[in-house]
Amino acid sequence: MHSAGCSSVEVVIDKKMTEMEVIEELSDGMTIGIGGWGSRRKPMSLVRAIACSNLKDLTIVSYGGPDVGLLCAAGKIRKAIYGFVSLDSIPLEPHFRNAKQEGTIETGELDEGAFYLGLLAAAHRVPFYPTRAGLGSDMLMMNPEIKTIESPYESIDGEKGEELVAIPALNLDVSLIHMNRADSQGNGQFLGPDLYFDDLFAKAAKRTFMSCEKIIPTEHFLKEGSVHTLKIPRLFVDGVIEAPRGAHFTECPPDYGRDEAFQSEYAASAKDPQSWENFKEKYLEVNSHQEYLKAVDSRTQIEEGQNG
Amino acid sequence: MADDATIDEICVTAIADGFRGDGEILCNPIGNVPVIAGRLAKATFESDMVMTDTVSVLAANTIPVGDPDAERLVEAWMPYRDLFDIVWSGRRHIVMGASQIDPHGNQNFAAIGDWKKPKAQLLGLRGAPGNLVNNTTSYWIPNHSTRSFVQKVDVVSGPGYDRVSELSGWIQRNHEIRQIVSNLGVFNFSNSQKRMQLVSHHPDVTVEEIIAATGFELLIPDEVEETRIPTKDELKLIRKVIDPHGLRKAEFIKK
Repeated sequence: MHSAGCSSVEVVIDKKMTEMEVIEELSDGMTIGIGGWGSRRKPMSLVRAIACSNLKDLTIVSYGGPDVGLLCAAGKIRKAIYGFVSLDSIPLEPHFRNAKQEGTIETGELDEGAFYLGLLAAAHRVPFYPTRAGLGSDMLMMNPEIKTIESPYESIDGEKGEELVAIPALNLDVSLIHMNRADSQGNGQFLGPDLYFDDLFAKAAKRTFMSCEKIIPTEHFLKEGSVHTLKIPRLFVDGVIEAPRGAHFTECPPDYGRDEAFQSEYAASAKDPQSWENFKEKYLEVNSHQEYLKAVDSRTQIEEGQNG
Repeated sequence: MADDATIDEICVTAIADGFRGDGEILCNPIGNVPVIAGRLAKATFESDMVMTDTVSVLAANTIPVGDPDAERLVEAWMPYRDLFDIVWSGRRHIVMGASQIDPHGNQNFAAIGDWKKPKAQLLGLRGAPGNLVNNTTSYWIPNHSTRSFVQKVDVVSGPGYDRVSELSGWIQRNHEIRQIVSNLGVFNFSNSQKRMQLVSHHPDVTVEEIIAATGFELLIPDEVEETRIPTKDELKLIRKVIDPHGLRKAEFIKK
């Protein structure tokens, strides 16, 4: 895998892995960060692999979408830490709602911006970042471990000792992210309109596993997008998983949009235990990501004409 | 004046009027009716405001709602991370929804019942805690009733005036709930007690109906106006340019 190249110095590291090899690196009780946002560019092939594994008691940290919902339904989550959990076009994530309303998971519900600062603190290896977000709301009541501090400085308008919230670092054992392109050395490229917080997830974690639509040679990156799209350097990545349509059914522009029809089917599977069993049998109890895609495609062939 | 304006259009101009005087800030309405209102305000009396395309850029032109392929005159890239920088800069006026709101303006869209094991899990805190202590906020509540306008909210997502009065001077200076528009009327907190007061009732809605649909004592000033009706030009913009497919109507369908 070290052909071509425009310079004489070549990187020969090869971090390619499969979803199953990633699962072997995980263990019960881990704190796992998941990139993306809502129902957008989620590493779903890795999420499904966790859902089908024997792993348990996980703490999931995410700007949540079907990653959180699916792992709730599969009984993998002890605690979910999030700013929201939504499917975007379906505002309330039904599997997450079930888990919350039945009281089967613990939650750490944060302001969305406070969540960002928690990731940033972990990425920068400091214990906290200060913010005003959370003061006056019920965020502190819902998260009694989060403390306030007195500012050691005067504010810009001369106020002394202002009370601020110290958002604790969201230190992660592992992060899972999905990129449009990657090379086998672990550099990642996003080609859509928003990176979300995937770079911070990678930096906030001890180890990061990155799935991607396509593994390409390093020298092809700048043919795919500008230098600004290369936001995941390999020093924060431990494994690369090639998973075409790996974010399905969440969106992964420009490669594909959200599969709204499939998302509706997923949401409907939260209706009762039998619906979930049917969904699980059809789409989760398969041996590989490729088999999952086959199951998805056989369905769209029957229904015809959606997707683009 | 245009007499054939419907309730959805009256609500759009009422929300739009909340942006008057805002100038060069990020106008950040959430949901179809508020987005239509923001785009109308920007297209008419508050042209200096900047607005997102609801995805990831700031767009200078007037984009129709619900059209992902509409042409955008891109002014700046605005991924979520940069949006938080704007929240914390204070240069923003957001319009959010509320499942519950109380007389002090405390807002809940997180959960109904005990938050640990709620009767109904809703959106979560989302950005409300940070929004309220940093930038101007308004609310749009399409289903005004004693279930949404309540004496006490189950969870405080966005803090109201009573809670903020106990916080720092900095927060008190930056916290503002500009107005609340419901399907029945317009409300604000422009009184010394900082309690919710009626500003105007929509046409064909009586003050008595509003009082009956509110689960707490509203302050009713001596003079309560009728909410204004959109102008002909505004109606044309709403119907032909900003919302040609009538997405604004969906929130007014009686369930």
